[in-house]
Amino acid sequence: MYAELKDHGFTVVTVALDKSAEDARPFVEAARPSHPSLIDTEHRLADLYRIVNVPTVVWIDEQGRIVRPNDVAFGTDMFKDMHGIPSAPHLAALRAWVKEGKTPLAADEVRKFQVLPTAEEQLARAEFALGWYLHQAGKPAVGERHFVRAGELAPHDFTIRRGSMPIRGVDPMGPAFFEMYSEWAQAGKPYYQPLEGTAKS
Amino acid sequence: MCTVAATISDNGVHLSPAALREALGWELKPQGLCKDDRCVPVRGHADLVTQTGVDLAGFAGLLSRPLAMDVEERVAYLGASAAERAAQLASLQAPDFTLPDLNGTLHSLSEYRGNKVLLVAYASW
Repeated sequence: MYAELKDHGFTVVTVALDKSAEDARPFVEAARPSHPSLIDTEHRLADLYRIVNVPTVVWIDEQGRIVRPNDVAFGTDMFKDMHGIPSAPHLAALRAWVKEGKTPLAADEVRKFQVLPTAEEQLARAEFALGWYLHQAGKPAVGERHFVRAGELAPHDFTIRRGSMPIRGVDPMGPAFFEMYSEWAQAGKPYYQPLEGTAKS
Repeated sequence: MCTVAATISDNGVHLSPAALREALGWELKPQGLCKDDRCVPVRGHADLVTQTGVDLAGFAGLLSRPLAMDVEERVAYLGASAAERAAQLASLQAPDFTLPDLNGTLHSLSEYRGNKVLLVAYASW
């Protein structure tokens, strides 16, 4: 879907926050991309960019500057009925940026829409990292304690609460996830928080 | 990731000044704990430096860095502070990173300087 933008000095960089290349491979192969498809088993990108759910998109200009901060955007409307976010507005804005050089947001607006990390979120990431290390070291039961602690520290961080499920042998599409999601929704909390007030048509 | 000599006791996990310097690059000087051109005073933090060494949890707290520990397993993870991450993001300069593709080849964001980049984080979950 980004093929039309390819010759306009545009690159998509996808990063899978997955526990192995094998988990990400079906998605990469289905997309048959000409762009870089990276794997981030330690969730380093989540730490650097304060990513708390997927998919998250960030726009970075030719000088390496963030011109549109973290947002949830889908490439298709395949699951729109489930999450309610149409793909067209983001794609239209992206086309305008790439083909016409239309600046999405002024710098102070980018900052206004950025959500910056908190100490609790960073501690949750450290606990997740420790859980992952221990799991990789062959101590899943010990790692489990740290995954649980991470989820307690940052209950809104689904890269931790859902992202740790495959590591822990829990189906991220199964009952444990739906229970977590229902509890979240019933508390009136959004699973996704799209940017508001940006240049969406 | 590194292995460091530490003393584990009821008073916590302590690193000798030499171990702290070797493992984390921080040095205990008269003016405090120093790394590169930055020094943080330790006066007023009574239990931070004792005869046993530098208290790891106290050290992390001094720098407001997250510390996850599993004392029984003798492992700890010292992360980046929220202030450091926030300052980088608020500068609007996209943090660089280096990650492997599915073939194991490393790629850095900075390689794509000169292009407009759509960075997409996704997952199989």
